[in-house]
Amino acid sequence: MTQTSSLRIVWIYPDLLSTYGDRGNALVLEHRARLRGLSAEVVHVHSDEPVPTSGDIYLMGGGEDRPQMLAAERLRADGGLHRAVDAGAAVLAVCAGYQLLGAEFGDDQGRPVPGLGLLDMRSGRGERRAVGEIVGDVEGELGLPSLTGFENHQGVTHRGSEVRPLASVRLGVGNGDGTEGAWQGRVVGSYLHGPALVRNPALADLLLGWVAGPLPEVDDELVERLREERLTAVLPGA
Amino acid sequence: MTKLGVRAQLATALGGAAATLSRWTGRGDGSVIGGRVGLTLEPALLSRLAADRRLALVSGTNGKTTTTRLVAAALRDAGDVASNAFGANMPSGHVTALSQGRDAPYAVLEVDEKYVPLVLEQTGASVVVLLNLSRDQMDRAAETWILAQRWRTALTDADTHVVANADDPLVAWSAGTAKQVTWVAAGQRWRDDSWCCPECGSHLLREEVHWQCDKCGLTRPEPSWWLDGPATAAAAVDPRGRRWDLDLRLPGRVNRTNALIALAAAAVFGISVDRALPHLAEVASVAGRYTVVERDGREVRLLLAKNPAGWLEAFDVLEPAPTPVLLSVNAQGPDGRDTSWLWDVDYRVLAGRPVFVTGERRLDLAVRLEVDKVDFELVRDIDEAVERVPPGRLAVIANYTAFQAIRTSYGRAL
Repeated sequence: MTQTSSLRIVWIYPDLLSTYGDRGNALVLEHRARLRGLSAEVVHVHSDEPVPTSGDIYLMGGGEDRPQMLAAERLRADGGLHRAVDAGAAVLAVCAGYQLLGAEFGDDQGRPVPGLGLLDMRSGRGERRAVGEIVGDVEGELGLPSLTGFENHQGVTHRGSEVRPLASVRLGVGNGDGTEGAWQGRVVGSYLHGPALVRNPALADLLLGWVAGPLPEVDDELVERLREERLTAVLPGA
Repeated sequence: MTKLGVRAQLATALGGAAATLSRWTGRGDGSVIGGRVGLTLEPALLSRLAADRRLALVSGTNGKTTTTRLVAAALRDAGDVASNAFGANMPSGHVTALSQGRDAPYAVLEVDEKYVPLVLEQTGASVVVLLNLSRDQMDRAAETWILAQRWRTALTDADTHVVANADDPLVAWSAGTAKQVTWVAAGQRWRDDSWCCPECGSHLLREEVHWQCDKCGLTRPEPSWWLDGPATAAAAVDPRGRRWDLDLRLPGRVNRTNALIALAAAAVFGISVDRALPHLAEVASVAGRYTVVERDGREVRLLLAKNPAGWLEAFDVLEPAPTPVLLSVNAQGPDGRDTSWLWDVDYRVLAGRPVFVTGERRLDLAVRLEVDKVDFELVRDIDEAVERVPPGRLAVIANYTAFQAIRTSYGRAL
């Protein structure tokens, strides 16, 4: 764990970037840290407050077009998230927050807006809204089981050479080119919206492991049942 | 009362026949199919049916079925009222309600948030009641700010009297440019969709009920109706400062605010508080909500909660621990197919009582409760929960189709 004794989970701008259950990612990380006997605290940083640089894991959620643009503007001016990433913090951003991590994203008219440049990618507005269950096979190097969640966005994301896709899509739309999400170093983004970590506890543990070191196994019976039920329900013939 | 052309008469007659067929065959209560048939035959049917009577439209994310019922109850003091009492809140449901109450001089229509501009335009309603806006079924509904913006555009030049909740920044902004507004302090339990100024996007300053934007100056309008006193015993205060005890059969603070806004709407129709109040007091359940059903010696009370704000309100009216509670969650079309909203609800208030979990998405809810450290038992259905609890009360909170499934299994006697 970096510096502090308690794991600090920083939720960036819940007033701007929190549309539907985004709180779930903070709750799951806190829960899974405590299952391992690690103390953890969740810090909410509103858009009129500076982003602390001493966090271990930073979270960003989804948002409507206007809040997304405001969040980009404030985070660029603030610089705290950039400094935290340089110091080795992990980031998980979903949906609008995911798009924010790239070099640019589209506004409500589809015009490009500069992003945070933490992931080498650009996002724009797609033709149609992608709404529904999404399943992906996670890129081998990360060693995670299938990604399962719900997507609700109209974004298309083009990766640059520095980032890797998080998964290849088996069901759903994701980035729009057959891949879903992106990661680079300890920065992870995904179109799985809201509580993306709930049905993907291994992804939660990946983030926790990056900042806290190896983690003991925990009893995931209920979550595993939920994963199985969802995967069986949405994948034909699975 | 309403004079219809031959085509419109035929359309309402055939619509009525389809509604009857729907009820006979047990496919529904006929509210939607009847209106759909009528609208296909006569697209201007809603306008024609609305002509020559005084209408109130009621909309908002939560409380619209109950408030519609309360406003209709108050207006009955003045005459017959046509109303879509069972929550069929799109134009086909409005057509059915208005055709069934052809001779009623008044109508109170619950309107889905998306349809407010269209229904206002087609009916020329004299009153529009706006309750609240928060996140709800985001896989199929519009974002809250976009809804507020549509309302604002529709209300700006409309010849109508708006009765709006001053405590909800999105609602206050949406009604801010209307010609005539009565502001009501109707409360806001759920604030997570209105931390930002709807006008300019800056962080809103909030202190208790007051809210304002430092950047553009948007601020909470001064209400002329409000509640005074402790949450579950608050009295209504009218624009002249007179206090009225609210002797309601519907439980909770939320129904006091629903009653308050209904009184303000009734006043626009010229119905005074002393005339309206006895009618509000008679309402005991609304389309199954709050109903108590006797089942094998257990008194089962049903609460509907469809979104995070609705769950907060349901927790508010829940009997105290150790009364057991059954939670039932589905994710069919009308519920929204995405269960992410479960993570916006704080379930920790349920700790310390027996909690049973059912519904098609019971595992999603179980995982949620596990993280909130609330002990629970998974059950097959409501019958199993009834078997497991001792004689006495069992509270049930269910989302839309889960609620309807329970109503159906109890014979729709609710």
